[in-house]
Parts: sequence; structure tokens; C-alpha cells
Amino acid sequence: MAKKVISINEATIRFAGDSGDGMQLTGTRFTEATAIVGNDLKTIPNYPSEIRAPLGTLAGVSAFQLMFGSQRVFTPGDLPDTLVAMNPAALKVHLKDLKKGGTILANANAFTDKNLKMATWETNPLTDGSLDGYTVYSMEMSKLVGKALENSDLTSKGIERTKNMFALGVLFWMYNRPIEPTEEWLRKKFAKNPSIAEANITAMKTGFNYGETTEIFTTSYAVEKADLPKGKYRNITGNVAVAYGLVAAAEKAGKELFLGSYPITPASEILHTLSGLRNHGVKTFQAEDEIAGIASAIGASYAGDLAVTTTSGPGMALKTEAIGLAIITELPLVIVNVQRGGPSTGMPTKMEQSDLLQAVHGRNSDAQIPVIAAQDPADCFDCAFEAARVAMKYMTPVILLTDGYLGQGSGPWKIPDPKKLPKIEVHHPDSSARGEDGFMPYARDENETRPWAIPGTPGLEHRIGGLEKENITGMVSQDPENHQLMTDIRARKVENITKDIPPSEIHGDTKGKVLVLGWGSTHGAIHVAVDRARNKGQSVSQMHLRWVSPFPSDLKAICDNFDEILIPEVNSGQLAMLLKAELIRPIHQLNKVRGEPFRAFEIEEKINEILG
Amino acid sequence: MSETTINVQDLNLTRKDFVPGNEVRWCPGCGDYSVLANMQKTLPVMGVKKENYAFISGIGCSSRFPYYMDTYGFHSIHGRAPAIASGVKLANPDLAVWIITGDGDGFSIGGNHMIHALRRNIDMNIMLFNNRIYGLTKGQYSPTSQLGMKTKSSPFGSIDRPFNPSAIALGANATFIARALDVDAKGLQESIKRSQRHKGASFIEVYQNCIIFNDGEFGALENKATRPDNALFVVHGEPMIFGKEQDKGIIMKDNHPKVVTLGGDWTEQDLLVHDETNPIITNLLLEMTFDPKNPTPFGVLRAVDAPTYDGMLVDQIKEVTKINGKGTLEDLFYSGDVWEVK
Ligand code: SF4
Repeated sequence: MAKKVISINEATIRFAGDSGDGMQLTGTRFTEATAIVGNDLKTIPNYPSEIRAPLGTLAGVSAFQLMFGSQRVFTPGDLPDTLVAMNPAALKVHLKDLKKGGTILANANAFTDKNLKMATWETNPLTDGSLDGYTVYSMEMSKLVGKALENSDLTSKGIERTKNMFALGVLFWMYNRPIEPTEEWLRKKFAKNPSIAEANITAMKTGFNYGETTEIFTTSYAVEKADLPKGKYRNITGNVAVAYGLVAAAEKAGKELFLGSYPITPASEILHTLSGLRNHGVKTFQAEDEIAGIASAIGASYAGDLAVTTTSGPGMALKTEAIGLAIITELPLVIVNVQRGGPSTGMPTKMEQSDLLQAVHGRNSDAQIPVIAAQDPADCFDCAFEAARVAMKYMTPVILLTDGYLGQGSGPWKIPDPKKLPKIEVHHPDSSARGEDGFMPYARDENETRPWAIPGTPGLEHRIGGLEKENITGMVSQDPENHQLMTDIRARKVENITKDIPPSEIHGDTKGKVLVLGWGSTHGAIHVAVDRARNKGQSVSQMHLRWVSPFPSDLKAICDNFDEILIPEVNSGQLAMLLKAELIRPIHQLNKVRGEPFRAFEIEEKINEILG
Repeated sequence: MSETTINVQDLNLTRKDFVPGNEVRWCPGCGDYSVLANMQKTLPVMGVKKENYAFISGIGCSSRFPYYMDTYGFHSIHGRAPAIASGVKLANPDLAVWIITGDGDGFSIGGNHMIHALRRNIDMNIMLFNNRIYGLTKGQYSPTSQLGMKTKSSPFGSIDRPFNPSAIALGANATFIARALDVDAKGLQESIKRSQRHKGASFIEVYQNCIIFNDGEFGALENKATRPDNALFVVHGEPMIFGKEQDKGIIMKDNHPKVVTLGGDWTEQDLLVHDETNPIITNLLLEMTFDPKNPTPFGVLRAVDAPTYDGMLVDQIKEVTKINGKGTLEDLFYSGDVWEVK
């Protein structure tokens, strides 16, 4: 019987299994194959916070979700259409999210009495009829790979471990994705151990053929290429995009890149990526703690490198005093905070947007700092580049906010032409900057920035530091007039950055009933919700802030054109608090802090509520 | 050393070149003055260009030091100077980087940075002004204050056991450790020279008298007349001799250092010989520090060669570039699976 191929516009798949089942890898391989087909997509991983929770438990479930489609895809999808459940615990944790009537692919061999009990199932859901509302493909994956690999030299444990590749093979068949790139990838990854590579390839092909030949599968799905702008693409996570943006900025500024950092979830991949780029001249310094991470970066900046420190919330708290030092010494520095759930250690592997107020105001004294926030994984590249540019142009530290969802989630990145990236002008004064009265380290240019004079330049020897300095001369000063002046200058320097912010873009009409205003990683969910509302004829538009400090100068005028403003945030209302002070008008809030991003329907419902 | 040394005559530097115009604001009689003067005297003869010196400090009386040196300087935040200086050195290995710190700054709030800077062996010079008191905050006990010491925050006597900074430096596997006295110009200059020449992290502990809050802490050591009988100045390869008449020496007895008088039963041949490269000798000297039966050791206590972090970083960049070729943005951007939308 010839099998049917149904054409669909989009699909959302969630891979779930035990931490040891390789779900992140399986999801990533499916993603790469999907990218190559030319679909637009977004992904999000979901790790347990324990590194090795006990096997088969609910706490040990690891998941990966992606949405792909033939149209633009802005989020990793709300509720999955298809759930891969490698064991009973995975099914228990994720079944509640599966769409009504969705598809389940399960490894029947893992549904043993012991595993069922551990996952708190009283009876086996695969056989007790409780999944009747879904399409269930219960496959004996372990047994099937065992058979396919009975002649391989792998141990039985090694063979068992290939079952994720079987599941991947089935999905490749189901969604008509090519298996060749993964074949090639496996051969490269296990170059030193070809028998493992071949076993995995066999398992994948077994899965693919299982879909193709067995009668339990009657239908596969085709998702056409998305209509993305022309160009070359690759899939990229936000953390890698930040790393690349910084490398690009350093090159475009003719600077060496220095990263001072301390490992922390979910930011460590930036450190990992950059530490592999020695041949790009990148200097990474894994410091003894978060404070030394930023302190070393401040030192490197003083000595003339493009300096960066990367962290997440608790690390930001530790860096606070040093950020103040970078502000008062007026040194360029990029501080990346990949936000996670807090306070304190909080939920390290879960996303949140709750460090906004910390970024904007979280220091002793009046200590303004520019804050830029990325809206999707690919945008992390642009924001990192922009943060570095602004830091060097305005001689100031800049905070770049991303979060665990952006950092570890991925999406296609339209690869920029390196030649077309703008050059970043950096000026270091030479000996000629020394006047009759010596060198003036706090002299000001038209943006009120001070010169970046670096050690090693003859004649410009000068001292900087955390004590208040006299404007222009840089001598230590506790004079009241001078402190007022310097405080005002530091504030104006940040305000000046509004000159570099292009006019804000509005998605939808520039006037109307509701403006959904967001920042950071909520962009995709808001976009989808606004589109759905507009399709229903509702008067709703979207504006998304990239700079959250300073605010763009057209913000107030845009807001004035709407009757109502809605701010969805994955925190308890931090942007709303800032904007109420800025706009002096009521604001509708949609807040949640559940360690997960918004789903578009949640925003849609709130829009409906406002419009009544 | 990645710092390039230049013929001293060609540099034509004098002490004056290192003295800025501003007023020095330590208390009159503070031990810091002598250290500053000796630093300004010694740097011109080191073969390093003036613009290549960078002085980085934390917070405390001694941390004002960079303001009094006409070099590049960074007076930073409490305890963090070693971390900031690490970044300075890694950004520009040509710089001769000096860290100025105190017992509170370097060993209380900044203890973590201190041990890691030493462990990594980044080619920097760390000068610790140990006055065994918090001076800037007006007289609280520090982590090097002696037990029982009465201060503003220990009116009934300190119950905080002190530690020995140079011993911590050894524990952190420092490759260079010297100790000097604020009033001993010769010892200071020798320590500064050896430290600046040493490739790797150098640690100099300066016993510094705080005339206001802890005057006389170093007692007999500070006084020229009583010093020779209480201080042991060690020299690599030479027997450990001290005393006004150079008539006393150190032997090893029952696994402990012991003072003997030369002449009579003991000759120079019986004495311990200093060996900068032997950690057992360094440890032995450090153990003598708080022992009233023994003199306090000064001089270069340890100096060994070991690869520097900054050197290895430069080498690794070269090595990886040689193997993989100089990275371009093009290579980087296209390093994943790439597809084209036409
Ligand atoms: S308080 Fe003590 S250490 Fe500080 S400057 Fe005065 S004498 Fe020197």
C-alpha cells in the first residue's frame, strides 16, 4: 500500500526522555536536518537541573522542542503536535502539554513495571486505554535496535544507547527529512570509533525503514521550504551568536577580544565557544570567581582590549561593585547576563526576564548604564556587536541581556557578509595628546566621552580609579560641584546613546487600540499573538524594545497613539514599573514566572480580555 | 619575560621621572614613604620604559601608591587588584605590571584573587604592605594582627588567629617570594629588582610600620641598632648568618631551626645554606617568622622558574593559529551546516 504524504505548514515536536537517552542530541540532529530542508524554525531545550538525576525518575527527564514550518516561525511552538517519549517518566511529565489528538512515539521496552512505578503510573498507559484520544506509536525500540545490531561489536549497553537514533530515523521518515547529514555527522563525531558511528547509523536507518515499511505508519508529512529572505543560513543558539557577535566586533574594531568569565548555567557556552577560538586571537580567562571575571575584563579594557564578561543572575550580583568601577572609570566593557530563574540560585536551567531592574538600577549610587536586550537567538549576534560598538564609542560598560531560552534555544541565522559589517572606529590618543599641562584623561569629546589612552603610550601616563575624579584633569576630587558635574555627565553619556537608536519599528498599524510592548525573548510569542489578533480584525500592534536603557526617544510618542498598552514579561512587572514612571499612564501587565517562556495563546487571551 | 628590556643608558630615566606633581598624603612618619622612595629609585635602572609600567592597587592606605607614581596607574576596588592586573597583563604582555596591596586588601577581602594570581604565575609583581592593622578605616585588627591585640574592633584582645602571608604565597605555589622591611632601603631595592626581573608572579611582603594605629609592631626589627640581632638576611647559596658581629647562625637540630653562636663548637660549615629553589628551606624560613627563639628572615626566600600563564597564552594562540590557520569571520560564520535560500 502506498503511503500518504500530507502537506502541512508547520509542526511542533518535543523529544523527551531520560537525561541519559540523548534527547538534546536527537533534537539537535533533527533541527539540523530541518534547517537544511529550508524550513524556518526555533528550538528550546529543557534540562533537568540535576546533572544525573536517578535513572527513570520524573526529575531526570530531559526534553527538546522545536517548531518548524513553511512560513516564518517565531517561537519553538506552544503545544507540541508530536511527543517522543523514551520512557514512562518522559510521558508523565510532558503528556499534559501535548495537543489534543496529538501523536505519541514511545519506546515500549522502557515501559517496565519498575519504570512505570518510578514515573507514578499505576498501570501502563500504552496498553490501558488512557491514551485513546491520541495517535500512539508504541515501538519496541530497544528490541529492534538489538536485533539490527546483533552482529555489531558493541556491548548490549552500547547497542541500547542507539535507540534514540532509531527514534530519530522514524521521525526523519515521518517528516520527510534527509538522513545523510546525520550519517556524515556521526562518522565525523565518532571518527576514532567507527563501530559506534556505524551502529548509530544502522539504528537510524532501521528506524527510517520501520516507518517506511511497517503498516503501523500510514502517513508522512511534508513541510515546504519557508520563504526566508535570500541568503545563506545556518542554525545558531543565542549563546554561540553572542560569542560570534563579539568576535566580529573585535575584528571590525581592530581589537583583540578578552573574555574574563566564571562558568555558570546557562551562560557557559559563550565561554566554551570563545575559548575554542585561539586562532582568532581570542583570549579567554577562566577566572577564580565572578568578581575576578569582570575585574580581569576591566583590566584588559584599561590596557586596550575589547573586554567582555559573561554570566547569569547570581554572577551579576557578585559583579555589581565592579560594574560601578567600570562606570566611574568610563571604560568600555560588555557584560552579558544570560538570565535564569531566581532569586539566589533559583532555577539555573530555567529562563526568566527578572534581572531587568538589576541591570538598569542595581548598583550603589546614581550609576547609569546602557542595557540592550536580544529578541531571538540570531538577534544575539547583532546585539552583541552593537553592545561592543556602543561600549567603545561612548566609553562605557554596556549590559547585554539574553536569557536561558535565547542562549540555549536556536533558530536559523542569516549569515552576514563579514565585509559588509560596519567598521567600528576606535581612537587611542598618542603622545601628541599631551598638552602643556600634561595629559587630561577626563577631557571630553562631542559625546562627552573621555579618551581611551592605553598603558604603553609614551607621555600619557595617568591614573584612574574608583575615587571620584575631577573632570578633565582626572585628579582625585571630593569637591561638591565636581561630583554633581561628573554625576550629570555620566547620566548624559548614557542618554546620548539615544542618538544611535534607529526609529522604532511597529509591527501592525502605528495607531490603534492596543500596543503590545515587549523586550527580550518574548518577541516571538508576542509577534504570533499580535498576528492572530490582527487576523481576527482586532486593532493590535507590536513594538519591541531593543535598548531598555536608555529608552528610544520616540517611545512616548508611539505609546500616545494607542489607547491601551500591554506589557507581557516573564517577571513580575519590571519593564512595566520603569515605563509607568516614564509614561505616567496606566499599563496592562501580563506576568508569569514559571521558568518558561510565554505561549502565544496566553498573550492572545490577554489581548481579548483588554478589548473586552 | 615578555617585557622587552632596554639598555638602561638609552632610557635615560631618573627617580624624578617617576615622581608626579601631586602631594603625597600618608601620615607623616608612615612606612609607606620609604617604600615609595625606593620604588622610584629602583625603576629607572630596570631597563623598562617608563610608559610600560602599570601600577594597580586595591583599597587601603598603601593602595594610594599609584597616585604617587608618575606611571600608568589604576586605583581600583577593595581586594580586586590582582584580578584587574591579570587582565592588564594578558591584554598587553609588554607591560611591567605592579600590584600594590595591604594585609586587609590582599589577604582578607582579596585573598581569593591573591592565591590564584600566584598559582597561575602570571608575570606580575605583587607588593604587600603588611602593617598588621586596618589603617584607612582607622584601626581595626587585620588577618595578620597578632592574637590578643587590642584594637577598635577587638577591645578585649583579638581572638582571630593571624596567618603568615609569605607562607600562603608558598602554599599557593608562588615562584618568587621576598620579604623586606620598610626602613631597609638596600633590602627593598634588592627585592624590587629581583621581583621585576623574575618571570612569573612575584610576591614581596614588606613589613611596614603604621605609626598611627600600630606603631612599633615590628619592634626590634625597625631599629637599626637591634635589627642585626633579630633579622636574618638570607642570600642564595650562602650560610645563614646574622648578628651585629655576624657571629650567629642557624643550624638544623631535631628537625627544627636553631640559633647557634659561631666560634666555639660551631663553624660556618655546620650552618644551613640558603637555597631559593628548595621549598623545604623556604618553608623552614617561613616557620621561623613567628618563633621568638629565631630571627625573622628577610631577602629572597624563594625563586624558581616555571612557565607563566601569559607566556603560555601567547604560545597557545600562536600554536593553534599555526595548526588551524588564522581564523577569519568567514570561517567562523560558516562553521556549521549551511544552506542557501535562493
Ligand atoms: S594610617 Fe598608618 S598605614 Fe595609613 S597612612 Fe597613616 S601611618 Fe600609614
